[in-house]
Amino acid sequence: MNFRTLKELSERCKESGLTIGRLMLQQQARESGRDESVEFASMKEYYGIMKEAVHNGLTRDTTSRSGLTGLDAQRVAAYNENSQPSLGGETGRAMAYALAVSEVNASMGRIVATPTAGSCGIIPGVFVSSQERFDWDDDRMVEGLFAAGAIGYVIANNSFVSGAEGGCQAEVGSAIGMAAGALVELRGGTPEQAVHAVGLALKNTLGLICDPVGGLVEIPCIVRNGFGAVTALAAADMALAGVRSVIPSDEVVQVMLEVGAAMPEKHRETAGGGLAQTPTGKKLMEGLRKKKR
Amino acid sequence: MRFKDVFSIIGPSMIGPSSSHTAGAARIGLAARRLLGVMPEVARVSFYGSFAATYQGHGTDTAIAGGLLGFHTDDPNLPDAIELAEEAGMDLTFREGKGLFPHPNTVRLELEGAGGRRLSLLGTSIGGGNVEIVEVNGFSVKFGCSCPALLVRHRDQPGVIAALTAALQGAGLNIGGLSLSRMERQGEALAVVELDGEAQQELLHLIRQLPNVLGTDYVNINGEEEEPHELSDVEGAE
Repeated sequence: MNFRTLKELSERCKESGLTIGRLMLQQQARESGRDESVEFASMKEYYGIMKEAVHNGLTRDTTSRSGLTGLDAQRVAAYNENSQPSLGGETGRAMAYALAVSEVNASMGRIVATPTAGSCGIIPGVFVSSQERFDWDDDRMVEGLFAAGAIGYVIANNSFVSGAEGGCQAEVGSAIGMAAGALVELRGGTPEQAVHAVGLALKNTLGLICDPVGGLVEIPCIVRNGFGAVTALAAADMALAGVRSVIPSDEVVQVMLEVGAAMPEKHRETAGGGLAQTPTGKKLMEGLRKKKR
Repeated sequence: MRFKDVFSIIGPSMIGPSSSHTAGAARIGLAARRLLGVMPEVARVSFYGSFAATYQGHGTDTAIAGGLLGFHTDDPNLPDAIELAEEAGMDLTFREGKGLFPHPNTVRLELEGAGGRRLSLLGTSIGGGNVEIVEVNGFSVKFGCSCPALLVRHRDQPGVIAALTAALQGAGLNIGGLSLSRMERQGEALAVVELDGEAQQELLHLIRQLPNVLGTDYVNINGEEEEPHELSDVEGAE
């Protein structure tokens, strides 16, 4: 890849006149030695799986094996349909779709890690709902996924994307930044604006710990995906409106690294602290142990 | 760069619930299966760190079993892999490991397969389904599984690496990464070569014939399974 930071990414786009998505596609083909059309087709297949996961989460029984979660996406979708949601329908739909994919994941269905399975709902939630709203074709969405991938590539290599290493900020936080930046580009924003969206979004999740109840990718992961989709839309809107991340986005990524490295092990996916160790969290975990035996 | 390309970020396509604890574990299991060359008859699995704390909830044990059966991360049979492994006659045990470990998500696999094949492997799952193998049969190594890797066991003598790289050059293969580890000076050593393309059987055969080469193993978890490769130890005895 010919970029290592978000600043370099934005500069390479400026020099070449390419969008972030197009630049990433070109760089990916160079890295793999395969034709751009081959790489594009692989990503298109992934987008198909994401759409299928949204559909499955809204129509199938997504009760997880633990029995702790499931069907919340369908609750939210029905509420959106039949009531007056506080968010407004479009945003509510992104939230419902994100929950849907996360619930498919928790019930051992098929998803695409974006960048991880714990955060797999956010990008499909934002992408699929925006595609429906703006009537974009699949190819445009696939370019958007390359843009999201470019942003994630920078974050992952300069910080981390796993909860065990850097807490939830590394998973859900990264996904929100990726979705926000990609949406800015999909909506016609400049690469520079897209990069600002990443910084704006990441600042909102810095410090978020990974504290899954019973160690399962269920509580609070699923709802955080729902919230994450909403935050990504908000960050994209701010950036498109001209709001800038005064602390440059690359520096925010470094803060994520600093905060994650200082995070105690109990708050990094071990279920040793946070929500997992609340009285109720412990009771649920104990219940699961008994069920297992 | 720990993460090499766009598909290490967007992807893999996988069965949930966790990319590091499920998909990454399946890939480590699959890498071990490919290195062993056959389905293991005995598999001792030790989990460390976050893997040890949460492996049941994440289906890490199931995913390892799936990988050992040769499943990819999105195989629909993955959720039933432990039962399927037992049906296939695999003696599979899981435990929580003690002692130091290199990464929060670490697993050790000790495998035995037909014909006396043995493998001890330490793998780490570094996020988003990406993995790094950090130890093979006592040798410190470091390779991801995003591209094919060639493991060449040899005697630590001058010229072995030159002959190896010449053979790869002859096959038109570019080396993406190269690491060396030895037990002792002039003793047994292991070269790990990450390749930008697939190695063909003829090339592997050619490398096995090189002076001071004791055996080769080839692992490519992205392709389909090859025929069981020749056994390193048998090769070394020739």
